[in-house]
Amino acid sequence: MSPRTASPTPRPGFVLEVERSTPPILFHHGEGFRLERLPAGRSRVVYPPSPLEGLPDPAGAIRHALEHPIDSEPLPALLRPGMKLTIAFDDISLPLPPMQRPDVRQQVIETVLDMAAAAGVDDVHLIAALALHRRMTEAELRHAVGDRVYEAFAPSRRLYNHDAEDPNGMVVLGVTDHGEEVQISRRAAESDLVVYVNINIVAMDGGWKSTATGLSGYQGLRHHHNVATMLKSRSFMDQRSSELHHSNWRQGAVLRDSGPRIFQIETTINNNSFGTSGSLSMLQKREWEWTARDRATFLAMQGGLQVMSPAARRRAFQSWRAPYAITSVQAGEVEAVHKVTTENVYRQQLVAVEGQTDVLTMGLPYICPYNVNSIMNPILVMCLGLGYFFNLYRGRPLVRPGGVVIMTHPTPWEFHPVHHPSYIDFFEQVLADTTDPVEIEARYELQYATDEWYRHLYRTSYAYHGVHPFYMWYWGAHALSYLGRVIVVGGDRAAVRRMGFAPASSLSDAFEIASDTVGSRPSVTHLHLPPFVMADVS
Amino acid sequence: MIPEALAGKRIALTGATGFLGTALVEKLLRSVPECELVLLVRPGRRGPDERIRREVLRNDAFDRLRAALGNDGFGAEAAQRIQAISADVSLDGLGIDAEGRDLLASCDIVIHAAAAVAFDNPFDLAVETNLLGPIRLVGLLADIGVSPHLISVSTAYVAGNRRGFAPEELLSESHFAVAVDWRAEAASARRSRDAIEDESRTPERLEEFSGEADAELGAAGTAALSAKREQIRQRWVRTRLVEVGRARSASLGFPDAYGLTKALAEAAVVETRGAIPLTIVRPSIIESALVEPFPGWIRGFRMAEPIIISYARGLLQDFPGTPEGTLDVIPVDMVAAAVCAVAADGPAADGLPKVVQVASSEVNPFRFEDLHDWSHAWFCENPIYDERNQPIAPPRWSYPSRKRVQNSLERAKRALEAGEKVLSALPIRGEKAGIAADFAEKRALVERALSYVDLYSSYVECQATFGIGELLALHESLTPDDREQFIFDPRRIDWRRYLTEIHLPSVIAQGRLKTAPAVRAGIDRDTRRRQQVLSPQRHMAAFDLENTLVASNVVASWGWLATKRMPATERARLVARTLAEAPKLLDLDRHDRSDFLRYFYRRFAGAPVDQVADDSFEMFSDLLLRQSFPAAIRRVRHHRALGHRTVLITGALDFVIAPFAPLFDDIVCASLTRTRSGTAYTGQLATVPPTGESRAEALLKYAAREGISLAESVAYADSTSDLPMLEAVGFPVAVNPETKLATLARRRGWLIENFKQAPGGPRKLLPLAQPVVRR
Repeated sequence: MSPRTASPTPRPGFVLEVERSTPPILFHHGEGFRLERLPAGRSRVVYPPSPLEGLPDPAGAIRHALEHPIDSEPLPALLRPGMKLTIAFDDISLPLPPMQRPDVRQQVIETVLDMAAAAGVDDVHLIAALALHRRMTEAELRHAVGDRVYEAFAPSRRLYNHDAEDPNGMVVLGVTDHGEEVQISRRAAESDLVVYVNINIVAMDGGWKSTATGLSGYQGLRHHHNVATMLKSRSFMDQRSSELHHSNWRQGAVLRDSGPRIFQIETTINNNSFGTSGSLSMLQKREWEWTARDRATFLAMQGGLQVMSPAARRRAFQSWRAPYAITSVQAGEVEAVHKVTTENVYRQQLVAVEGQTDVLTMGLPYICPYNVNSIMNPILVMCLGLGYFFNLYRGRPLVRPGGVVIMTHPTPWEFHPVHHPSYIDFFEQVLADTTDPVEIEARYELQYATDEWYRHLYRTSYAYHGVHPFYMWYWGAHALSYLGRVIVVGGDRAAVRRMGFAPASSLSDAFEIASDTVGSRPSVTHLHLPPFVMADVS
Repeated sequence: MIPEALAGKRIALTGATGFLGTALVEKLLRSVPECELVLLVRPGRRGPDERIRREVLRNDAFDRLRAALGNDGFGAEAAQRIQAISADVSLDGLGIDAEGRDLLASCDIVIHAAAAVAFDNPFDLAVETNLLGPIRLVGLLADIGVSPHLISVSTAYVAGNRRGFAPEELLSESHFAVAVDWRAEAASARRSRDAIEDESRTPERLEEFSGEADAELGAAGTAALSAKREQIRQRWVRTRLVEVGRARSASLGFPDAYGLTKALAEAAVVETRGAIPLTIVRPSIIESALVEPFPGWIRGFRMAEPIIISYARGLLQDFPGTPEGTLDVIPVDMVAAAVCAVAADGPAADGLPKVVQVASSEVNPFRFEDLHDWSHAWFCENPIYDERNQPIAPPRWSYPSRKRVQNSLERAKRALEAGEKVLSALPIRGEKAGIAADFAEKRALVERALSYVDLYSSYVECQATFGIGELLALHESLTPDDREQFIFDPRRIDWRRYLTEIHLPSVIAQGRLKTAPAVRAGIDRDTRRRQQVLSPQRHMAAFDLENTLVASNVVASWGWLATKRMPATERARLVARTLAEAPKLLDLDRHDRSDFLRYFYRRFAGAPVDQVADDSFEMFSDLLLRQSFPAAIRRVRHHRALGHRTVLITGALDFVIAPFAPLFDDIVCASLTRTRSGTAYTGQLATVPPTGESRAEALLKYAAREGISLAESVAYADSTSDLPMLEAVGFPVAVNPETKLATLARRRGWLIENFKQAPGGPRKLLPLAQPVVRR
């Protein structure tokens, strides 16, 4: 039986041709917003489709998916007394922004645990599959899995964060035909069944990336988290053309052949990030459809944000919990499940766009996968813009080769001292020396990846792994080699320059700077997100 | 003919290492080729011959002669004509040996030019040198039984603060002289020293010094404070003795103790000389050379130089004096030439003492107003540059009364002192504490200006005109050749030329003032110091924890740990209780860090060991790392990467700093004893915590054990309580220093690092653990 999906959406994505009468367009700008006029006659705006309808009965849908999996026996049939069961789940980097309670993971995990209990399975471990991300705090784990699960498992140390640097906690299962080592958590490797609980927010997530990356460590990750792979992933949001995924899939094959049995549960959510009603709902409306009330709310919000301290603004934004709805749940064999999941992601996000543009503009929001409850430091600004947003295409990049990307973000020279210690040093030492990803990888990566202090902070505190800022920089490697110029509007000048980008005080200044590269009348495309949209460029 | 008259003569000279003495040696060596010199010098560490070689003959005064004779020729000439005797005018019989006595006995002329010329000498030192010195010399000559021509160099200012004409006569002949018993003065000066030394040791005074030391250093530990107290005591004794001298001099109408002691000496020598023929030479203010050995030659800092330099630096915004008054200045070469002429002329035929004044005011007065105007114009054209490379505008003086200048400086001093006091009471550190250091520097400058006004204004206020009839008569008696060789006619001075072309350039060069904006050649001071600190040659880097690596303290970490598992109502009560106790804790901490820790750590009594260990790791992330200085942590890692041993020395508890362990090779910290079962802490310290001196001691012990050179080690700390540790190493670094340390570090030229918390990082208002919210 095919997995259940919601009914088709009311409104697809849309490409607006900008005319004189087009109102100013909303740009995200960190913990704030800008309204910018785009040049009429040569600009277009790519809007995401409206949020899909959620599943009417998520709990029922989850149970149905587990009982009727794709290419697999039903989950209850895989459970037996005395077995070793490991439930791994996506970490704090998903979804963005974090969702309102109950989290999808909580809903899925509770169902899985009910089934395990019914089958008499005692040996159950829950692992936050965070690879080299920071450990989740107690509050974050509680949010993800719910208090009931947390209190049943955490005190007895059966719910914990993955530790890729635990000398006794990792095993290498084998090597792919490309020579890539497959490294995974020992607990997962030694389990009779690994149930992976995924939330798919963009097309990059899920599939073998869940286990081959999420439960792995530096030894396994370095085979695809590197510059060469990223240069060959066009884009990494499109699995067919993504070397990142090919490598993960090769590792997945080794996992499938030599590793534990894996039961993959993937979920998709709609892009209702800011609500269809309420204070932020105008952020996912198209500007010409703003009501008087939307405009008033927006003005009030802008006024309010201006008088707030940066710290208060950050707190306010970081406390937003999105009212997503689950649009699909599918479970079973990894690759088969993921095909369905990807279709569901595309259904929510894909917009057909005709041809490339000279200048791509995008407003960068306050959050990216690596600064939930934290600070979006300059390296993360680069990663979000040139890694994630630039790569939200299928086919060809939205911007032509040698074109210009203009991003708006305040890019403050600020870092979270607990979460991003190696980022601080990366910014102060590595980027002060060079911004070339190839050189950075060759000269500095190993030193940071094997640094004892960073390893200590990753394991005992809440720090991203020492090598993580390198991966962030590699994420933008393709864009860096592809683009003619990168301009940041409204950013801290020193921080922007440190990364090799051009700072501009306004969008019109940015167009002036861009004219050296693309002439004075370039075509402009604005990628209007979040909520997420992905361009299918012909 | 002077050279002929002195040919074959043996001339003894005291004070050869001084300004006039060096000029005399040079002049006699160069212009009186047939005389021999016997120099009486204090032996010092190196002995008299070596002192003469190093401190006299190497002076640039001899460059001219050296150039004429060649290096070897000069050496041979000096060796042949100069002999040195070890002698000390502060000792009876000058402490001279038999050989020295014989040599002295063979001298035809004795020139006494040794003096304590500083205007702010303690009174007893001035008396000892200036008054008793010549008496001892005369006594020695009488003892040996010889009577050479004694030429005693005095000063024109023995005339006192006088208006009108001061002739070349013995003081006893003057209408103005007050008869003073020099023996009684000398005895009294010695008693003053004893009395003041005694007073400085009374409990009241010692308490006062102790308070001052505390204010300057804070809780820097007994050793540092004791040293500072003793330094303050000695400074106090000295200041008091200077005051005694100044008061006594003022009461007798002298500008300072120098003038008074010289006046007493003249009377004493005249009284005790017996058969020794005496000539008294009284120069006025001796300044740089007009012609010989080269124009502008000067040795050391003389009287007017500090004033000129302070003026050029814009420090002396105004100065008392009368514009039409004169400043009696005389170039050093004229004084040396005059002394030669006096020596050649021989003693008075009648055997009576002769007086010759060498001064300019009678025949060629140098007006104070001209001095100021020409200096102003000259410094406008040739400005001095400040440390920011900006030219300094020379001030214009309005010649106010001395009182007014003093008052305005006193006011400025008081304001700066008040500012300093406020700043040091504020809990500021780092760059802001640098402001306090600025204040301290400015106050020091104002104090110096004030002391100049005190010291020098009586000289510029002095309206005496010094008669030079004898000098001019002597000049008249010379042959034309001598007049060209021995120039001492003050009428030959063009004051404007002398000031702007000779004296000012010489003073500026001597004072090494910046006369052009500094070119940024290479690296700045801080970078250089940082390079020294981060040189691979260093052995060890020792770090303090609080405010050096993290902006936190023991109270905060205790607060966090205590509230980690506490219900909300109890948290509030704990916060209130701790805040109420804060003043007491602060006071205890300020007084003695280890007492504070001992008292404070009692709070950990009963804390379960395992739970505290677990919670400490959470606290590391939630409190310590949040408040950490990333640059400081990077610095620790940098030292490690360079192969230096990294050591953490802190009064914090072992479990609190356990998560920092991977940064350091070793950790020296406080620890608590455990209950018998070993599961809980008792709240008692296991050992003396490493703070203050015990921190330095711990470091010394550690270095000795590990074979590490402290001179090649670096220490990072933030407060004066860490002074013993900072002083123990070769490369101290003040990190985010509090005001007292900021001032000290600046003064001592230590590297100051202002490490900051990660910008934009989350801050905690109160160091409390986050309660878990259940939903």
